[in-house]
Formats: sequence, structure tokens, C-alpha cells
Amino acid sequence: MVGIAAWGAYAPRLRLSRKAVTEANAWVAPNLKAKGKGERSMANWDEDALTMAVEAARDALGSDDDRSHIDSLYFASTTAPFADRLNAGVVSAALTLEKSITASDVTGSQRCGLTALGQALAAGGTALVAVGEHRKARAVSAQELDFGDGAAAFVISDGPGAAEFLGRGSVTDDFVDHFRGDDGGFDYYWEERWIRDEGIVKLVPPAVRKALEVSGLSASDIDHFCFPSTFAGMAATVAKSVGIKPEAVRDNLAAVMGEAGCAHGPIMLAHALEQAKAGEVILVAQFGQGAEALVFRATGEGTRPARGVTGSLADREVETNYLKFLTFNGLVDWEKGMRAEKDNKTALTTLYRNKDMILGLVGGRCRETGVIQFPRTRISVAPNNPAVDTQEPYKFAERRASILSYSADYLTFSMAPPNHYGMVVFDGGGRIMMDITDVSPGDVETGLPVRMVFRIKEVDEKRGFVRYFWKATPDRAAIAAQSAQSTKIQAAE
Amino acid sequence: MPQGIRDKVAILGMGCSKFGERWDAGPDDLMVEAYLEAMQDAGIEPTQLDAAWFSTHIDEIGSGKGGTPLSIALRLPNIAVTRVENFCASGSEAFRGAVYAVAAGAADIALAVGVEKLKDTGYGGLPVANPGTLSPQVMPNGSAPGNFAQLASAYRAKHGVSKEDLKRAIAHVSVKSHANGAKNPKAHLRKPITEEQALNAPLIAEPLGLFDCCGVSDGAAAAIVTTPEIARALGKHDLVTVKALQLSVSNGYESQYNGWDGSHFHTARIAAGKAYREAGIERPREQISMMEVHDCFSVTELVTMEDLFISPEGQGWRDVLDGFYDADGGVPCQIDGGLKCFGHPIGASGLRMLYEMYLQLQGRAGERQLTNPVFGMTHNLGGAPASNVCSVAIIGQEGA
Repeated sequence: MVGIAAWGAYAPRLRLSRKAVTEANAWVAPNLKAKGKGERSMANWDEDALTMAVEAARDALGSDDDRSHIDSLYFASTTAPFADRLNAGVVSAALTLEKSITASDVTGSQRCGLTALGQALAAGGTALVAVGEHRKARAVSAQELDFGDGAAAFVISDGPGAAEFLGRGSVTDDFVDHFRGDDGGFDYYWEERWIRDEGIVKLVPPAVRKALEVSGLSASDIDHFCFPSTFAGMAATVAKSVGIKPEAVRDNLAAVMGEAGCAHGPIMLAHALEQAKAGEVILVAQFGQGAEALVFRATGEGTRPARGVTGSLADREVETNYLKFLTFNGLVDWEKGMRAEKDNKTALTTLYRNKDMILGLVGGRCRETGVIQFPRTRISVAPNNPAVDTQEPYKFAERRASILSYSADYLTFSMAPPNHYGMVVFDGGGRIMMDITDVSPGDVETGLPVRMVFRIKEVDEKRGFVRYFWKATPDRAAIAAQSAQSTKIQAAE
Repeated sequence: MPQGIRDKVAILGMGCSKFGERWDAGPDDLMVEAYLEAMQDAGIEPTQLDAAWFSTHIDEIGSGKGGTPLSIALRLPNIAVTRVENFCASGSEAFRGAVYAVAAGAADIALAVGVEKLKDTGYGGLPVANPGTLSPQVMPNGSAPGNFAQLASAYRAKHGVSKEDLKRAIAHVSVKSHANGAKNPKAHLRKPITEEQALNAPLIAEPLGLFDCCGVSDGAAAAIVTTPEIARALGKHDLVTVKALQLSVSNGYESQYNGWDGSHFHTARIAAGKAYREAGIERPREQISMMEVHDCFSVTELVTMEDLFISPEGQGWRDVLDGFYDADGGVPCQIDGGLKCFGHPIGASGLRMLYEMYLQLQGRAGERQLTNPVFGMTHNLGGAPASNVCSVAIIGQEGA
């Protein structure tokens, strides 16, 4: 019985206030004022489709860093950072998956997230499907208000899991509602009424009906209907045309995160899995040169994510600075100062030689003394026993840590000044001087619990290369637990 | 422990250029300025020099690599010139090379010159250094103030000092150096400041404000060393001799092993301990007459007072606030203004510190002159607290 063993999700912490956008743009686009409600998720400058997919995958895989059970990986995105470099290869390295896995990038349409999921379910074995999207839109467009950034991930297994896979329906038709050329930065759209009436309404229902037919279910059996669309009421229209009950139509999260492109169907599926009762049927569909529809039955079993969609959405910080959003998305040609002139060329030899250290955050542990260190070196750092060639690989990414020392640096170039960094010490041993992300002045202090996140380290604008590494971010769950504990102690006293 | 070099080498002459924004001068001009003063002080001819050591840190914007920049600028008589580089301790390395050559008998008279021309970058602050190919893929995109500022958070946590008390203490470090620098015609920054100015200055790297950071300056300094016997034969009396030269370099302990607390310099404690033993000093707080330490940032100077075993651990901030390191305090520190106000042309700084100690020991420090100093200590730090080189030198009256 193939199904979803575990799932995870990720939304960036920053949420752009739509009102801040429409107010800033009111002088030129008063017509967008009606869209000025709620917020959309906004990738930090150091996040992209790939880093978000990695975070969603970690959420799905849990804190156990043994990932040897994964034998295939699918990374889906229409905004992957590399056109010709296996993006799934970066995901694999970040997650320290085995070299023997099969890996593929799935792309090209807004339904590619579900396509990847469908392919993994069809192929069998233990697969990881990670879908991330960092949607680009021009300033003062409706899209910048509608879109959001985010990711979801699923572990597919042959055994019983959180959801049993029942069936899939696909429609492929070269209906071009919008497109983006291979060197184009933004989508080009055709008329909304045509997309809606000639596209979605005609192409999605056949995929849904096919999935139901394969599953041996009728439309009225669906308890959760997940269908992302930026057109208001579109999911209800499709549901009605197919016969799905209106109360099964799920909230598309437009108000709280916007629509995260090809990741949005998967995100809605993840959200449904978090809320579905055992036995309930979930149908997820997404439109894009046809449509993809997948049907699952929740089992009430399997592994629930630590954060999931619910946790990700709860961890939020409202951003009201529209200019920051434009800057992070490369829409402002701003003066970065002479300190930004340094060449960020990456030595690919060095990257490859140190791949597990840089992309996987793998250090070393001495066989003789147990000393844990980063990076792994031929001669151990232990001052009382500099043993030679005793270091075995030791993974740091899932370890809890805290801040030993830090500064907030206003001098060095940063996309989000001041640049926070400091010495991070890990539970169980080891330490790394590293960047601290998703923080504002006043957030960081010695002793602050942190966790590791996979982020963009630097962008080489000259050559179009993106460099990745790990950063520390406040472990807000641990901080909340700590403060709850201290309140309890105070109350007891 | 080796026998050491105490009293084996004497300083024959020293020179130092005016430090500051030397728009008028290139690195060659600065080197000549320091060299001519040192040669005049030593009273020798260029042909009497046997070898030279040349220190500069950032060759991309300064003088360039190799020994030729020094040899050509000074028109040296085709003698050996060795370029040394060890971050901010480069000037001390040049001195060490020259002193060791004399102590070894390989040279009768040796020259050390350090220079840095920082104001040819187009902006304030230190230029972005070339970090190699691995470090930028892993290490934070930081700055010198951001790296050293981290001492503050760890020091506060370790010793339970409040943010306000520590900020006030490091402000006093800078107020003191500005007061001293104001009396020094060769210093870069010569205006006294108030504690309020230091406390309220714009942040550079939390908690360091503008006045917590040293001057980015152009400058050069030079030393000529020989044996005490040759010095006397050349007519010199009341010799200033080298008592100790120590260098300790991080081996990854601080940045990779879980022993270091981030609040102090592991290497400085090692180098200071060895230097005191080499110089025969047992009670540094009483015996050291004066110091020039590596005050790249005010918080660096504060923790250094403990690392050099002058202040008890955790009490340095109180000594600073009590004025123990002021010009009229127990151990005057940065009498010439320090890196903070004399300025910090990286390759020259170690030699500039020795220049002030030398002038003081010879009673030639003018308005800044202290009463009867016996031992002067200099201290340099290069790199960052988690990965650094530390040099400690002690010079003093011959036979003391």
C-alpha cells in the first residue's frame, strides 16, 4: 500500500503586509487597493525555492539525521536557482542523502509539484518529494499581492503511513494562460476570464473525475478538496462542477500566505493532512497546461511534522516595509557601497572537496576521544590528544545549539543590516562561527537557543552562481518552552 | 624553556612617520620618513646595515609583495630583505626577525620597517581582505569590529557585568586614549572626547560605537637593532634592551574545541606568561611601567588588561573605570594615543608601539613623558578573537 509516510512544510517567517504594498502603490495603481488585505509570505533575502524545499524536507524527515532509508528524491519548482545544475543534487547534499539515490528536477508548469508527487507514488520505494517556490512578480502588479513563497515535502513509502494513496488523474493540454521565457524574469498573463472559463473550468474537472474513477470513489466522498487558485471562488466553482460538497472546499490560505506557485497544491495537501481525521478523503488538484489530481485517504497514523503548515504559519513576523520586499527580490537598483564590490566567485573545486561540510554541515567526531569538531580535520583539535586520522563524519544540522558570543555588524555589507553572526556552540559538542538569520537588533543574546537552517550564503552576481551554507536562527519553540518553564518556576515560588 | 634573549639585543635607533590620512604620501614616502629618523637616531650609514625585515599586511593596496618595495624605497645596499606578514602583529614580526638575527650573530646591525597605506581604498574602515577559497563559503561576511565586538557579549555573560557598566568601561578606554593622543604631535586623532560622546556615537558593530574603533591610518615605523657591545662602541649609553619577544598563534582551539569561553584571548595569556618568564618579571602589575596594547577596539583593550595578568580576571572593567590605565594611573596604557588615536596602519603598528616605549625609556617623550619607566610592554593581536596571532614584547633599561 503506497502512501505518504510523513510530510512537512515551510513558509518564510516574513509576511508582507498587503496594505503596505497597496498604499505605497496607490499613486500609480489605485485599482489594486481592493487587494490590500491580509499578508503574503515573503522569502528573506537568503531564501529561495531550494532552501525552502530543504527546510520543508527536514520538517518531513524529522530530527533523526539518518536518512539512509530514502532511495529517490524529486525536487519540483518553476523558480529553481539553477537551469543547468541538478537542483535536487543540492537538496540531496544539504539533507546528507546517500549518493546512491536517484534524483530529478521536475519543473515547467504550476502543477509540477503534484506531478513529482504522482511520479514518486507511481515509482514506489521510499522517496522524498520536495517542492519549493519563490515567485517573482513585477512591482505594482496584481501578482506581487497574490503570490507567496513557500514549500512542502512528503516522504513516500510502500508501507502504511499517514495517508494511503488512492488514485491519480492527469490532463495535458498546451493551454497557455501565462508563460515565462527561459531568460524572462516575470510571467506574462492572458485575460483572466479566458483562463478561468476556457482553462480551469474545462481542464481541471476531467483530471479530478479520472482520479476519482481510479480511486473507486464518487465526488461526494471527498472530505477535503485542495485547489489553489488566485481567482476568488475558483475552487468552489470546480467543486460544484464535479459534485464535491461545498464544505469540503478548503481555505487556500490566500489571506495568510498568498499562493506559492507549484508548491501551493502540496502545501494545501500538507495542511489538509494536519487537519484530516482518520478515514477522511483528501483530493488535491492543481492547474497548469492541463491539470493534476491526486486522491488520498488519511489514516490517522504516520509521522506528524514538528512544524507543518500550521507551525510555519504561526511563526511569523509582519513586514510593512515594501521597499525591503522589492530590494530582496532584486527589483531595486540600490547603492550597496564599496564593501559589496568584493568578488564572490566560488572555487568549484573547493566546494566539491568540502561538499559534506558546506552543504551538509558535516563535521567530525574523534573515534578515540569522542571530541566533536567542525570542520573535520586530519589532526584532531583536542589539545590533550591531537590524534591523527581518527575523525569520523558527524552531522550538525539537526543538533540544538546556543549562542556563545555575537555581534550585530553595521559596517560589513549585508542585504539585511546589521549582519548578525557569532560563535554557536552545539549540544553534545562542537562550535561554528556562523551567520544568524531571521533576527532583528535586540533578538540575540548569549545563551539564546538556536537551530540550523539551510540558506543562501552569497550570490555571485557576475556569474549567476548561488552559494549555500547553514545559518543559525532563534529556536523559537525552545525559547517559548524555556520561558513557560521559568514562568512555572516563578509561579511555584 | 629556552634561555631567551633578555638583554642580548639593544635598540640603536627608532623612527616613526606622522600617522594619519596621509594623502600627501605613498607607502615609499612613509617608509623613508620613519627610516631617516631611525638612521639619524642610530647615527649610522646605510652600508652598516646587514639585513632588513619589512612588514606590510595588505599588499594589494599598499606597497606590494616581496622585499623590493623596502629595498628600492630606501635604496638599501643590496642586503637581505625579508617581507613578513602576520595580520596586525606584522610590525612585531619584523622587529622579531631583526632582533633574532642580531641575537644569533647573523647580523651586527639589522633594520625593521613596517608600513601600511590604508587610505588608498576609497572608503573608511579596513578593506575587505582576500580570505582564500574555503573561508568565504563558510565564515560569516563579517568585519573586524564585528569579530572583536563578540568579546563583549561573552565577557558580560561570563562575569555578570551589565550592558551599561561594560559600555561605560569601554567608553572610558577610548576617552583615556583620546586624552593621551591629544598630546602627541604624530598621532592621527588629536581631539579629546567625553564619555557622553563615546556612549552616544553611532553603532559600528554592537556594542561598539564609532569611538570604540581605532583610527584607520597611513603610517610607517622603523627600528635599528644591534648588540649592546656594538651599541656602546658606537657611543650609545643608557641602552634600551630587548627583554622578551613572544608570539602565540591559535591552533583552532578557540574556534573548534569546546574549551574557550569567547571572553578573552587564549593566545595572549600564553604569550604574556612566556614573555614575563623570559624577561624575569614576576609581578607584572607592579613591575610593568607602561604598556602599548592592541586596542583595535575598546573592548579588546579591556579584556587584554586581564589577559596580560595586570588586572585580575573579571576585574579589568573596574580597573579601567578607576583610571588605573590612565596616563597618571598605576600602569599607564596607550600613552601615545594607542591604535585608537595614534592610528593603525597594520604593518607598522607593532613597531609604532615599541617606538613610544623606547622614547619613554630614553626620557624623550616630551609632554607625555612618564616618571622613570623601567619596563615597557607592547602587545599585538592579529586576526580575530576566535583565530588569532598574539605577540608580546618587553623592552627596558639595560640590566633592569
